[in-house]
Amino acid sequence: MLPAGLVRFLTEIAEVTRFTTKFFREILRPRFEFAEFLRQCFFIGYKSLGLVAITAFIMGLVITIQSRPTLVEFGAEAWLPKMVSVSLVREIAPVITALICAGKIGSGIGAELGSMKVTEQIDAMEVSGTNPYKYLVVTRVMATILMIPILAVLADAVSLYGAYLGSNIRGVVSWDLYWNQVFATLTYSDIMPSILKTFFFGFAIGIIGCYQGFNSKKGTEGVGRSANAAVVISSLLVFIIDLIAVQITDLAGLT
Amino acid sequence: MNRKKNHTTYAPAADAEIAIQISNLDVSFGDNHVLRHFSFELPAGKSYAVLGKSGSGKSVLIKCIIGLIKPNAGTIQIFGTNITDLNSVELDKMRMETGFLFQSNALYDSMTVRENLEFPLRRHGIQKTAAEVDELVREALVNVGLPGTDNMMPAELSGGMKKRIALARTLILKPKIILYDEPTTGLDPITGREIGHLMVDIQKKYHTSSLVISHDLNCIHIAADRIVMLIDGTCYAIGTYDELKKSTDLKIKSFFD
Repeated sequence: MLPAGLVRFLTEIAEVTRFTTKFFREILRPRFEFAEFLRQCFFIGYKSLGLVAITAFIMGLVITIQSRPTLVEFGAEAWLPKMVSVSLVREIAPVITALICAGKIGSGIGAELGSMKVTEQIDAMEVSGTNPYKYLVVTRVMATILMIPILAVLADAVSLYGAYLGSNIRGVVSWDLYWNQVFATLTYSDIMPSILKTFFFGFAIGIIGCYQGFNSKKGTEGVGRSANAAVVISSLLVFIIDLIAVQITDLAGLT
Repeated sequence: MNRKKNHTTYAPAADAEIAIQISNLDVSFGDNHVLRHFSFELPAGKSYAVLGKSGSGKSVLIKCIIGLIKPNAGTIQIFGTNITDLNSVELDKMRMETGFLFQSNALYDSMTVRENLEFPLRRHGIQKTAAEVDELVREALVNVGLPGTDNMMPAELSGGMKKRIALARTLILKPKIILYDEPTTGLDPITGREIGHLMVDIQKKYHTSSLVISHDLNCIHIAADRIVMLIDGTCYAIGTYDELKKSTDLKIKSFFD
């Protein structure tokens, strides 16, 4: 006999798998809710621009300031733009973007759908001739899949600008020299895997937020729990996906 | 193995004398048997109420009728068509003629009153000109006594107003049947009575058949022609308010004491 906790965990995994499979089934069937998809892109993408940009800027600045003393100690100060740009583009900007989105978007989706579930709005949609899974889940997951890579690219650019300013706090690096060094260092094998994994981050954040919201129970308390679980699980999944992506990149010889 | 499903087409009989006919309905969730061989008929143009204790399966029954819950066994006929094996397209056709007023109103928070009212029209693919939609919205709001609230958000409305707007959303499709799930829950007795009288007015204006799920005797007394007693998952008794009130059966008596 399996322990009750393990049974619950396995049941949850099975439910998430079923929910995810339904996404792939529904996405291929007409009708596609294009207007709602655009609305979600606006909320998920445009409304997160400021937060992602500020965080990315600070991360670029801080990483540069923190890395500088070590490089100075080894007489490798000139490598600062190279080292920082690779760190930011490969890892820090996409992961930080995904974590911010897991917090802001994942919790938002979990709470919104959870609240719709407990106030019977999802049932009302079904009664009104609408497939709620298509209208609410497919549109949101598609929007996170599309918007999070765009936000991550924006975060790359802004964090590199932050790193440029960070390089000039204690030292002097000209605008041209900095960007020449950055672009000379970065290759497709740095940029493409980092962008590719953000599509998976987006999928994980969207599907977990929607799953938690759709399965919200026990009134307003359940809504809070759904929002919380959406953040915790999607943040954890971001790290797991990142780990897998790094292993694949490594095996493919792209490191 | 033949896995082909034979779906019924929703084809309501125009001259059907029975709006809803439920036969031997069984619904269970795991070991919890909510409804057992539940049967009753709602004649067209009449208003019936289902009275039962909290957790007795009233909401499950009404959600089976609208197709949100699939029963384990039994049939539900709406104007002569069994809806338990309809596919989603046919179910939508049935839902265009069967309005549902949710217990929690289920107004979409992110939409204005007008958008809430237009939602079923747009989603059911009903082709109307802008002027026709305007007229339907205005008519529905006037009929629930809330003209001019088109641009308000649900958060700006009181409990009673939300209930009226939810009813207006149900009316916009001009349904033949209206299902009310606990229409007076969360309302004070005066507003509850107003909603009860509004339900009667609506039935007269729209010539609907109504099924009210409630444990509010005042509302049931005002709005229902007959009461179906749902006890132990079965249709225990059917009668008018006065008939059931006079009953000496202890189970029935306990509701009226």
